[in-house]
Amino acid sequence: MLIQNFFRDGCKELLRGGWMYRLWVGLLLLMIAAGGGFYLEQLDQGLVITGLSDQVSWGYYIANFAFLVGIAASAVLLVIPAYIFNRKDIEEVVLLGEAMAVAAVVTAILFVVIDLGRPDRLWHLIPLLGRFHFPQSLLAWDVLVLSGYLVLNCAISFYLLFCHYRGRSPVFGRYFPFVILAMFWAIGIHTVTAFLFSANSARPFWHGALLGPRFIASAFVSGPALLIVALQIIHRIGHLRVNRSVIETLALIMTVSLQISLFFVGAELFTDFYNTGSQHVASSKYLYLGLDGFSGLRPWIWTALTLNGIAVTILMIHPLRRNLVTLNTACLLAYCGVWMEKGMALVVPGFIPTPLGEIFEYLPTVSEVIIATGCWAVGVLLFTLLVKAGAPLELGRLHRTDGEQDVVAANGPSGGPIPTSSAQ
Amino acid sequence: MVWNNHENSNMSDQHDVSTQSAGTVTVPDPHRRRLLKQLGIAGAAGTTAASAPAWGGSTLLDALGGFFQDQYQRMSPSEIEAALARIERKAKRDLGVDIHCDNTPPQAGVVFGYALNVSRCRGYRDCVQACIQENNHGRDPSSTAYIRVLELDHGQMNLEQADQYYDPETVPVPGKYYLPVQCMQCADPPCVKACPVEATWMEPDGIVVVDYDWCIGCRYCMTACPYWARHFNWKQPTIPADQVNPDTHYLGNRPRPVGVVEKCHFCIQRTRKGRLPACAEACPTGARVFGNLLDPHSEIRYVLANKPVFQLKSELGTEPKFWYFTD
Repeated sequence: MLIQNFFRDGCKELLRGGWMYRLWVGLLLLMIAAGGGFYLEQLDQGLVITGLSDQVSWGYYIANFAFLVGIAASAVLLVIPAYIFNRKDIEEVVLLGEAMAVAAVVTAILFVVIDLGRPDRLWHLIPLLGRFHFPQSLLAWDVLVLSGYLVLNCAISFYLLFCHYRGRSPVFGRYFPFVILAMFWAIGIHTVTAFLFSANSARPFWHGALLGPRFIASAFVSGPALLIVALQIIHRIGHLRVNRSVIETLALIMTVSLQISLFFVGAELFTDFYNTGSQHVASSKYLYLGLDGFSGLRPWIWTALTLNGIAVTILMIHPLRRNLVTLNTACLLAYCGVWMEKGMALVVPGFIPTPLGEIFEYLPTVSEVIIATGCWAVGVLLFTLLVKAGAPLELGRLHRTDGEQDVVAANGPSGGPIPTSSAQ
Repeated sequence: MVWNNHENSNMSDQHDVSTQSAGTVTVPDPHRRRLLKQLGIAGAAGTTAASAPAWGGSTLLDALGGFFQDQYQRMSPSEIEAALARIERKAKRDLGVDIHCDNTPPQAGVVFGYALNVSRCRGYRDCVQACIQENNHGRDPSSTAYIRVLELDHGQMNLEQADQYYDPETVPVPGKYYLPVQCMQCADPPCVKACPVEATWMEPDGIVVVDYDWCIGCRYCMTACPYWARHFNWKQPTIPADQVNPDTHYLGNRPRPVGVVEKCHFCIQRTRKGRLPACAEACPTGARVFGNLLDPHSEIRYVLANKPVFQLKSELGTEPKFWYFTD
């Protein structure tokens, strides 16, 4: 079977690789093992091994979840220019964006699963078999859109890679409708994740219309920041040639998004602090200034805003944005800044003070952080493997070897993503 | 039916209930799916075997039966029987106590409501203690309590200024007043809407309940609740054997598993049998009025009609069935 050969050859590719690759995979596996070990303890003892409490019932896990959904959604920033604006340079690397989306969604789902008190009852979520509370529950929406996004991205990537493997050009009509669907879906997953929080009138800190737009804007910072760095690494390793123009486009998108994102933060700050009477303000006060002597997140949020501030300054100065060293610095700063701001600094203050006015602080435990790091390692490993197997397919280095080579493959396929042209 | 606030359990109500609460009546779900039914029966079959003397209380079969157990509202009477038996066996194994777990159904024509006289509450927290004992909460200090009594300064109702951990020599402290808060049993409960697996719902008698065997522990309901009424079992609750309350209800005070959410259920194991909730019974000042909202002659209806009543955070529109009033 051709499909079996496709997967067999892909898996064989995973086993090939130099010492750097082996070391990298080994390191990730080690991190996953450590996280898994502590997760077993969590399964045994319960979530008591985390820093969570009735007061702050969501924390580091859900913070990472919200952030990762943003990373997954931002794959759309490669998809739109590649397929709508016909940017050939971006189309050559669009599958890397898909790989990032797949890895990020899987990791995001993993973060929700480890946050569950009863992962053994996960099947209760399966429609018909369990009781899926759709469309009332926003969490049900999130399950639906995330798994749908995962399926869409896997299917599109598989179709395109399989066509390369067979040495045929992808049929436009077969994948393009799904690409369009995936674009809207990408915005959908992050909007639904924002609504998951903003739906709660019990939590004034989240309960505003700006949360959705803020999520999208900050996702379009963190996603490109990660992509810019990842594309350069992949380019250096020699898997795929990445055109400089791709990096520049992503840097520009990131600049504008970071400006918008910071503007949104400013707009919220004004609304919160101009009038001191609003309910919303207690959480914001806790976050930015500290409340009644409690100020655990104050250094966190100001660090995040400082990182984002420096990043946006670098990005706004053209020569600095075009210089790879300063651009990468800005990417690193903005990535960390958004992770801090949209993660912990968004999730935790929603719970402080509690609806009964109690201030109870939260600090993740060491076990919690190690488990979360294990999850991150799963995501990075998945991305690594997808790229490792996908790049040779994309380049046409890996193709069917059953002697039925199509003529087009030898001559270079016409239309669709042109694998050989990317290596010029 | 009248719930008298100052007398302990009103006996005249009890025979009233017993006529209609025999056996294991549950709401049959017309939309039961065949596959589920088969799965559920497989689980039930396992537990039937487990309850046979030859098997004793086999943990493996109970575990399998528990794993495949259906959601409460969808279980058949025999499946519920099996589930109740499993609960009793588990309590025997884990806590060393013989408990009785039933699923007394709601009474027709009853919707429960609660009213609390703020001018009578003196902050003794007897209700809190009674609740912990009645509802089989863990006994270490960090354990769950359904009732929180807030101490507030006279002249304001800003909850952010409230103190839940007040500990003076004597209460009431001059210049302070006390506001007990528990589940408001909202008529439009945001927690029920939030649950992704329908593990929590409102019963016909107005009590918002949790199926502890169906909850996946995502804690989204805790995020949704404006009254901080939902609590999570971060670890397995521990109760000394001699302190376990053996009279339990499936949707109420039965020992809870780790990793699930729970909440005040108006002492469903008592109130469905015509008794007062433990907190109302324990209150030494008579501040708590509990009763049937559909009974025009009930004390709670009198309070609602004749006293200045208010709801906490009524602006959120969740329509609490728990009111506060003053003399």
